[in-house]
Amino acid sequence: MTQDRMVTMANQIATFFRSYPHEEAVEGVATHIRQFWDPRMRRTLLAHIEAGGAGLEALVLEAVGRLQPKA
Amino acid sequence: MALIKELDTGTPIRIADRTVSLVIDGRTVTVPEGTSVMAAGSMMGTQIPKLCATDMLEPFGSCRLCLVEIEGRKGTPASCTTPVEAGMVVRTQTDRLAKLRKGVMELYISDHPLDCLTCAANGDCELQDMAGVVGLRDVRYGYEGANHLDAEKDLSNPYFSFDPAKCIVCSRCVRACEEVQGTFALTISARGFESAVSPGGTDFLGSECVSCGACVQACPTATLIEKSVVEAGQPEHSVVTTCAYCGVGCSFKAEMQGEKVVRMVPFKEGKANEGHSCVKGRFAWGYATHKDRITKPMVREKITDPWRETTWDEAIGRAASEFKRIQAQYGVDSIGGITSSRCTNEETFLVQKLIRTAFGNNNVDTCARVCHSPTGYGLKQTFGTSAGTQDFKSVEKSDVILVIGANPTDGHPVFASRMKRRLREGARLIVADPRRIDLVKTPHVEADYHLQLLPGTNVALINAIAHVVVTEGLVNEAFVRERCDLAHFEVWARFIAEERNSPEACQSLTGVLAADVRAAARLYATGGNSAIYYGLGVTEHSQGSTMVMGMANLAMATGNIGHDGVGVNPLRGQNNVQGACDMGSFPHEFSGYRHVSDDATRDMFEHLWGRPLSREPGLRIPNMLDEAVDGTFKGLYIQGEDIAQSDPNTQHVVAGLEAMECVVIQDIFLNETAKYAHVFLPGSSFLEKDGTFTNAERRISRVRKVMTPLAGVADWEVTVALSRALGYEMNYTHPSQIMDEIAALTPTFAGVSYDRIDELGSIQWPCNEKAPAGTPIMHVDRFVRGKGQFMITEFVPTQERTGPRFPLILTTGRILSQYNVGAQTRRTENVVWHGEDVLEIHPFDAESRGVRDGDLVALASRSGEISLRALVTERMQPGVVYTTFHHAETGANVVTTEYSDWATNCPEYKVTAVEVRRTNHLSEWQERHRVDEHDLTRIAPPAEAAE
Repeated sequence: MTQDRMVTMANQIATFFRSYPHEEAVEGVATHIRQFWDPRMRRTLLAHIEAGGAGLEALVLEAVGRLQPKA
Repeated sequence: MALIKELDTGTPIRIADRTVSLVIDGRTVTVPEGTSVMAAGSMMGTQIPKLCATDMLEPFGSCRLCLVEIEGRKGTPASCTTPVEAGMVVRTQTDRLAKLRKGVMELYISDHPLDCLTCAANGDCELQDMAGVVGLRDVRYGYEGANHLDAEKDLSNPYFSFDPAKCIVCSRCVRACEEVQGTFALTISARGFESAVSPGGTDFLGSECVSCGACVQACPTATLIEKSVVEAGQPEHSVVTTCAYCGVGCSFKAEMQGEKVVRMVPFKEGKANEGHSCVKGRFAWGYATHKDRITKPMVREKITDPWRETTWDEAIGRAASEFKRIQAQYGVDSIGGITSSRCTNEETFLVQKLIRTAFGNNNVDTCARVCHSPTGYGLKQTFGTSAGTQDFKSVEKSDVILVIGANPTDGHPVFASRMKRRLREGARLIVADPRRIDLVKTPHVEADYHLQLLPGTNVALINAIAHVVVTEGLVNEAFVRERCDLAHFEVWARFIAEERNSPEACQSLTGVLAADVRAAARLYATGGNSAIYYGLGVTEHSQGSTMVMGMANLAMATGNIGHDGVGVNPLRGQNNVQGACDMGSFPHEFSGYRHVSDDATRDMFEHLWGRPLSREPGLRIPNMLDEAVDGTFKGLYIQGEDIAQSDPNTQHVVAGLEAMECVVIQDIFLNETAKYAHVFLPGSSFLEKDGTFTNAERRISRVRKVMTPLAGVADWEVTVALSRALGYEMNYTHPSQIMDEIAALTPTFAGVSYDRIDELGSIQWPCNEKAPAGTPIMHVDRFVRGKGQFMITEFVPTQERTGPRFPLILTTGRILSQYNVGAQTRRTENVVWHGEDVLEIHPFDAESRGVRDGDLVALASRSGEISLRALVTERMQPGVVYTTFHHAETGANVVTTEYSDWATNCPEYKVTAVEVRRTNHLSEWQERHRVDEHDLTRIAPPAEAAE
């Protein structure tokens, strides 16, 4: 997946949850990505964030710590 | 097996709270109030002679054959038009009646060809039957008088003929066209002796006839008869099965001669269609034995090699060894599979099982990804389950019908007929669609409001409608308080009441007059039972899931959930798209919509399947293709889908397929995707296997085998063989055992079995201890998720924008006579109605580009370019163009983009910025496609194959 496409997809999710109260929005973004993105897509996203996260919505950046499955 | 002859009660059996008892021929019978004397007689086993009556139609009283005597009444009233009354004493057989009936028959036969022995209806002719019943032995009037015996046959329709010489002018065909189909294409022209059935003064093919077959079915003689019967003769046995076209899931009798289908006749007891059909299910089944069917397994090293026919063992072995090699080299997650919405529940369940067990990952997806995946997501969030709320019958109780982004008369014609019947009875209609679809104005039906919005603005429109409901005090507060999560409702209500969601504020976005939105909203909220029916015009957007939730919000806010006549109802595209979703075809969930990370669910599957299962979601179809291009996804098993034609941005799809090292296709034809495949496993049509389909109303119906699979095995057996070759044993001897496993693992299917389906005819899930006979209407007392959940649905414009380079918006869809990628319907006579994809364009846009009707035009987007013929029509609004994707050589999806729904990745087929210009040549892609059509589909002759 190209970086542009990944950023677009992540931002689309953030845009939906932006209307919700902040904590709910961050959790909403994280849960959605956790539930629907395959691990390699999540790894690509995390790598992009580690590299600065250019182009990503703030909500996505805030959700970064919650992207791995809950134990 | 014998030919199934359904009882024809002559007139419909009425549904009434009260019953009436009467005496017919000395026996007392009790029937619902409003039933005719004819139907009452039929219910007690007495067949009163009839010709113009049939129970699919309202009584007409024209043939005068069903006369009876009723004590205390003068004359001999027609039993079809006489309702029963308490205490009525009826005689159906007297000397006087016999004389009258014989006289009537003499008149009919005096103007009818005496060619019974060579007539195609011989053995299935009601006129012939009635002649026998009344004991006709001669015709006093002779045959020399004026007659219609030289009337010319109309053979223009590819599927049935019309022979006016045999017509008795009973009007059954005319009434069937009106009452059952709702098209009003037929009439009786002239009067008296000159009166004749007429398709509007032209031939059948040139008329408004939609070839649904209702007239043919209603005809009591050989006047209207299937050409297949003319050619083959009468069938000798029949098997009830389920249509393999759209999501209506019509029940049919496959009428057979041995293993040869003679005709498909809609089954009256089928609850999805109640005896009606459309041109596809009724007539377009010839593809099943088309010469293009591939019946031998094939393999090749490279996609540029010719295919080599081989044995099942070699083909399965090759697929398995390649998948194993790829996983060893690139990792366990480097392969995946796609299940088919055209295959049965059992086959689909097996493919996802194979992927989760034998492949050891969750890289399974299905074509619902590109159609109704937002329905699954949106309705699960709001209501708690990923399915429509009603049965089709519910529409008979609707007072207001809101159709959004659906074109039922083309896409779901049999349900559309049911809907139109209700509309003719007086239900009100709101259509929200960028195009002026037929339903907006069709005979005796006219939409109260056509909200002709701009593509991509659905959410703004639904928000504006909800805004009116909330701000004008139209919320059903009692329903919301009792049934919904109040905290979320209040948050939503505050959001939706904001001025930016008002019809006036949204008018500039949607292009719909605020006054119309307000009026439509008031009608929906206050008009009685209001039902929403929607299609891919809702889901195939970047905000598809948001729109589904927006509709659910509206239905909850107005209390239009949980009883007859209401609901949120997806009109599913393919025959088993609901079932494919139910069966766990999505990469994140098991059957019954349970997430793979749920430990308890996974434990249950692991225990029964004997393999550890991944708790991580797998790749969706677009993700698979993206990862293939990136080099991390290398192998794909596709059962019954053609992503190279159906999925968006064809070049990207092909790039993904070309990047894979092993693509295995299981299909009945060498489809577009097979051009990029290495192993071809010949599939079986719906006529060749046992199983079940689940339609848009969650109705599980049996598919029954009527012929031996052309390739020797059913699809489910191929999956079992592949699984075994991969080292995971599956042990089934019949699909019923697969359904038993589905029931054991899926709470909503717990009560489903083949025996139970046979007993009930069909079953709507959930079917379990709480609902042993199934569930026609969902969320009756409570939502599946408990309290209904209002979701905030902020309108977000799509990123696909028009501009100077691409100033028009393209939206795509399908038409009545063709189906999906056309692989089936293009191989039938249906091509007479739609031989190529055309571009619908408004006269204004056409004129400003110098485009005339029929011109070849180039259609270009930032994804690609194709050429096709223009159809200049005012169905379109200025600025919006439309085409279909039924023909591979057109390549409509060369133009569509990779933009997709935010939640599900469902492609945004409905909004592509394009430009149109005149051209005199095919596009570069189309020229290349012509070459590939030859180069990538070659099959080596047997001699070469033997080397």
